[in-house]
Amino acid sequence: MREVAILGVGMTKFGELWDRSFREIGIEAGFQALVDAKLSSGDLGALYLGNMASGSLISQEHIAPLILDYSGLAGHHLEAVRIEGGGASGALALHMGYLAVASGAHDFVVVGGAEKLTDVPDTEANRIAGATADHEWETVFGATLPALWAMIARRHMTEYGTERRQLASVAVHAHEMGSKNPNAHFRNRVTLEAVMNATPVAEPLGVFDCAPFSDGAAAVVLGPLERARKFTDTPIRIAASQVACDTMALQHRRDLTTLDSTVVAAKRAFAQAKHVPADVRVAEIHDAYTISALVALEDLGFVTKGRAGPEFASGAFGPGGPLTVNTSGGLKAQGQPFGAVGVAQAVELVRQLRGEAGDRQVAGASLGLAHNVGGTGATSVVHLLERVN
Amino acid sequence: MSIARFWRETPRRYNLGGCRCTNCGTVYFPPRSVCPTCSKHRRSLGRLEPFHLSGEGEVVTFTIVHEAAEGFEMQVPYVLAIVKTPEGPQLTGQIVDLEPKDARIGLKVRATFRRLREEGKAGVIHYGYKFTPAEPTASGRPGARSAGPVPVPPSSEASGARS
Repeated sequence: MREVAILGVGMTKFGELWDRSFREIGIEAGFQALVDAKLSSGDLGALYLGNMASGSLISQEHIAPLILDYSGLAGHHLEAVRIEGGGASGALALHMGYLAVASGAHDFVVVGGAEKLTDVPDTEANRIAGATADHEWETVFGATLPALWAMIARRHMTEYGTERRQLASVAVHAHEMGSKNPNAHFRNRVTLEAVMNATPVAEPLGVFDCAPFSDGAAAVVLGPLERARKFTDTPIRIAASQVACDTMALQHRRDLTTLDSTVVAAKRAFAQAKHVPADVRVAEIHDAYTISALVALEDLGFVTKGRAGPEFASGAFGPGGPLTVNTSGGLKAQGQPFGAVGVAQAVELVRQLRGEAGDRQVAGASLGLAHNVGGTGATSVVHLLERVN
Repeated sequence: MSIARFWRETPRRYNLGGCRCTNCGTVYFPPRSVCPTCSKHRRSLGRLEPFHLSGEGEVVTFTIVHEAAEGFEMQVPYVLAIVKTPEGPQLTGQIVDLEPKDARIGLKVRATFRRLREEGKAGVIHYGYKFTPAEPTASGRPGARSAGPVPVPPSSEASGARS
């Protein structure tokens, strides 16, 4: 297997992009990444596109060749493949692109992630997102994604004494970081009180505990590390790319407060990269719900099981500490266009590792972790990205 | 959801029909065709026999849902829980006939046959299990519309079901 590098990155603004179509945002992100990589489209071997539910959301399947076509590449007859894994679709696409380059099947590929959520009403988007849980044995009985995560939260609060205000501190941090990110869906700061007093969605979670439904696209260009210097002075190596799965329904998990898929994916990733969690300076973790972020910090090995709440609330994962999480604003503030999330996480890490993250730059970051989850954890994907000096 | 799609799961949703692995004895709900516990998965093929849950259980975790799942809009706020059965499997379902504020982890509950949701005024009505308290709760049972918990019926007759 060859070493793989990220040569270029691009993304659209995330948010309610009512004036822009799915194909427009997909193409914008892809070309930004190509220009950033200083590659021309003729160099490409394949396109991997992460997307969760285009069929339900925009009545369009078969979207990989669609994006390829409107990128002007139909005549090149490239391989174009859509990849789906619920909310983890983007990181799964990155994994597939990584495998394609590492194996030598292709030299240069584009990995994209795109989702258009605001072409349907919120209630419809809720239903579609809920389909990433087990339809026959969860949603049919009245479950929604926030309800399932709320049950994880309740259990975590009972077993470890995690407090409501500790959950809320995750959203406060996300909005603080989002305020520094020009691409973020939400750029306003919020207070702890506002989060805690927001309209309930599924108790103990309220509106501000839940990431929004956003439109958006992100893309990265991958190539073999040995050829990366030709294109960039700061190639970012993919030090690890790991996927792990678990039971579809939350009710069948070994432990309701642990995502075993995340635990296993992280262990494999740190073994592959020959690193330990303490080496990571910047991480983009899957905070679809405030509880998701706390559970992730524990499952990734950044904090002892049960301690994420008090540690987060004390500012341990904010700017200036040994590890800063979700400098992009995370899913909560940067936004949640499902299939684009995992790719956007890689975009943010690359900007951090190159030192191009502006107001939200973490000084001296050389190793970053991205963590992307589908449903309530049936799929977890962990990537480790490292600056090559 | 299409009629066939819901109908083919009715034995499970109406009667809590799970299965038991005759190799290792583990009980599953919903039923599976391969046993995840047996060390040699292939040997469990064809060796999982039907097994009915008693309907007894205990709340492991719960939430009070304010933004409903599709078809549950008229029921908000409702209590949704994961219930652990004495036979082993955990089930996701609503707890009804109790005040949401009385919901708690550890509450003993019993499965009951109810209307889950309907697809509009003229659409299909879906029936299945919900849970009711099997012990007294702080506010009594103000939502109850019957004298006691309805046992899970042996047949899949839908008559008399309540939501």
